[in-house]
Amino acid sequence: MAHGAGGKASRRLVDGLFAPLLFDSGQPALGDRLSDAARVTVGGAPVAITTDSFVVTPLVFPGGSIGELAVNGTVNDLAVGGARPVALVTTFVLEAGLPTDTLAAEVRAMGRAAREAGVAIVGGDTKVVEHGKVDRLYITTTGIGQPLAGVSLSARLVCPGDQIILSGPIGDHGITILLARGELDLEADLGSDTRSVFPMVEALVTAAGPSVRWMRDPTRGGVATSLNELALDSGLGVHLFEESIPVRDEVRGACELLGLDPLHIANEGQFLAVVTAEQASRALDAIRAAGGAGAVIIGEVRDEPAGAVLVATRYGGTRIVDMLVGDPLPRIC
Amino acid sequence: MKYVDEFRDSDLIGRACDEIRRLAEPGRHYRLMEVCGGHTHAIYRFGLKDVLPENIELIHGPGCPVCVLPMGRIDDGLALARDPNVIFAAFGDMMRVPGAQGSPLEHKARGLDVRIVYSPSDALKLARTNPDRHVMFFAIGFETTAPSTALTLMRARAEGIRNFSVFCNHVTIIPAIRAILDSPDMRLDGFLGPGHVSTVIGCRPYEWIAATEHKPIVVSGFEPVDMLQSIVMLLRQLREGRSVVENQYTRVVPWEGNRAALRALAEVFELRPYFEWRGLGFISQSALQLRDAYAAWDAERVFRVPGVRVTDPKAAQCGEVLKGVLKPHQCKLFGRECTPEHPVGALMVSSEGSCAAYYNYEHRKTAASLRVLTPA
Amino acid sequence: MCLAIPGQIVELITEPAQLAMVEVTGVRRRVDLGLLLDDMPAVGDWVLIHVGFAMSRISERQAEDQMRMLAVLGEDEAAMEEVRGYGLEERREEKRA
Repeated sequence: MAHGAGGKASRRLVDGLFAPLLFDSGQPALGDRLSDAARVTVGGAPVAITTDSFVVTPLVFPGGSIGELAVNGTVNDLAVGGARPVALVTTFVLEAGLPTDTLAAEVRAMGRAAREAGVAIVGGDTKVVEHGKVDRLYITTTGIGQPLAGVSLSARLVCPGDQIILSGPIGDHGITILLARGELDLEADLGSDTRSVFPMVEALVTAAGPSVRWMRDPTRGGVATSLNELALDSGLGVHLFEESIPVRDEVRGACELLGLDPLHIANEGQFLAVVTAEQASRALDAIRAAGGAGAVIIGEVRDEPAGAVLVATRYGGTRIVDMLVGDPLPRIC
Repeated sequence: MKYVDEFRDSDLIGRACDEIRRLAEPGRHYRLMEVCGGHTHAIYRFGLKDVLPENIELIHGPGCPVCVLPMGRIDDGLALARDPNVIFAAFGDMMRVPGAQGSPLEHKARGLDVRIVYSPSDALKLARTNPDRHVMFFAIGFETTAPSTALTLMRARAEGIRNFSVFCNHVTIIPAIRAILDSPDMRLDGFLGPGHVSTVIGCRPYEWIAATEHKPIVVSGFEPVDMLQSIVMLLRQLREGRSVVENQYTRVVPWEGNRAALRALAEVFELRPYFEWRGLGFISQSALQLRDAYAAWDAERVFRVPGVRVTDPKAAQCGEVLKGVLKPHQCKLFGRECTPEHPVGALMVSSEGSCAAYYNYEHRKTAASLRVLTPA
Repeated sequence: MCLAIPGQIVELITEPAQLAMVEVTGVRRRVDLGLLLDDMPAVGDWVLIHVGFAMSRISERQAEDQMRMLAVLGEDEAAMEEVRGYGLEERREEKRA
């Protein structure tokens, strides 16, 4: 199954299997079902809830480790769902024989990341399975958050003319992992961008709340996949300006060498926001002041091409950028 | 990036396009074939069709080694990899290419030891670090890639590494161009020559195209400015009624090619009497096999190869698209049965294939989207 | 049909074979120089990399010539021919600077 790598296969799995069988069980869905966090009402109060499992090789890589990812990943899903992360619970699935030191290091990393993100880890569970049944260590985190006041997010609210803001350079995480596996024998001074995006989200919502229409953290499948989801869910076209998309030299170099598109590479510390044109520069200033120094407007929403993402260059060349099919694979042709 | 960014410069692109417009005679339709799949990919990636005048039509040629590989070869390679002792190593390009029994990636999911390598030398390294296993490198590529396989085999032989073999699918570009030109329904005005193949074979092997077929050919680089400048050079030749081989990509391609690479090819490989090309059929002397001196590293001799033959579905019109008779979207299967996720025909299997490139980058654009866009 | 990218040699490695550490905008990889035995590059030279092998030494002078040709594109046919002539003379036997 290629369903875990983000992109088309994941979406088919959700749309074709999970959504009809699980999500329509009589309870009306609140908010946007396909967003990163769901909404439920508990005793009259709205609560955002989300869950994610973390499987990564290697467990530790420049700039982070699986423990940090497990905290920040769920925190970010809540944040771009328009909620303040409040608490997490976690499940560890351990392969028998996993060194205690490895586990201890990841637990410490989780504690550190949770403190930095201002979220409490309030409970957990551990399962140990036979050697070979999992690859050393898998972590699942489930988080709840308090919806931020004054913001309503849905692809259906997005209108032609709205601006697309990206919080910083793309591809750092995905390329870092690809290089850290060592199979490609490539080296670069590059680290994962894993971090909580909540401070930036909060600043954005405070500055331009009602004008913020949609947010997403472009993890697996990259910016291209998140924006294709926006295009499909809104029925509108997403236009990107190629020269505006921030990419670090090292990421670009690796992508050129390996024939990859940075728009398809995973991020763990960036987010995308769609904001009305009137509030876009105010929104940008707020994100920049809250840790997103590299935030830029990378494009805008238009009527056409409906349901697709188009990248335009300064000289007038255009191309469609699709969702990723499976994992990004290096190519030589 | 030096030698990259300056060849993607907007002003130079605009300038080259103006010159193309000036040179292209109104009322004349130009059909130019880019031989190389790398050019096809670049044309779509950089959106060059948007900036070229409408009477310049680019026909996508046969230069995609993944696309032209018959499906049966993949089944053959994977059949050998069912031996639990074998590590099947291949470029990432091959991983999603379906054989009749599934792609290498699907075989990996079923438990076969399938590895992605960036270089043939990385496959040899796998053999060094796994002395108890046998590493079979599934080699693909034209003359650009074949010397790297050759040098890797020379190193394996010199070091006496016996747990390494190559399943050789290397092909040569000239017979494929000849097959295209021999096709009766083919009408072309000129060629963009494959720049990276030419770093190895040089520019001379194309002289027959100019001399006996009277078609101009310009060996071209892969950045937008390179390709547009090559089109300028082709249009100049056409306007002046000349047909010669010209080298646009002089910063990389020496006129005589790379002698050391040609020596390595001659040392390790010999021509196969014939080889099947997906979409083009059997072409004589169009592919390489290992010489007898390298028999011990030749997977087709070390193992018993099933020799699977799989014919493409009749409905797939790959041959016509490959020869430029049909545009990708004019094929009956395009975008319906045949997509990059579930390719039926050859040209949909690799991002360099004209159908996949068209599908990925082009086919959802609309007239409205082609208005020139600039950042606010 | 072949993805190949320019990189700059930052270090030569003679053991176990003729290798070089090559850098592409901050990304480094060991690259085999075995196909450039007739024209071994030096540290600082740019080479074209394909599947971990250096295929060709990139000529700075030819790149500059190309840029000069592009700079006068369409401006003056006579000037064009002059520059083009210069490029052709140099093409066959380029000496290393």
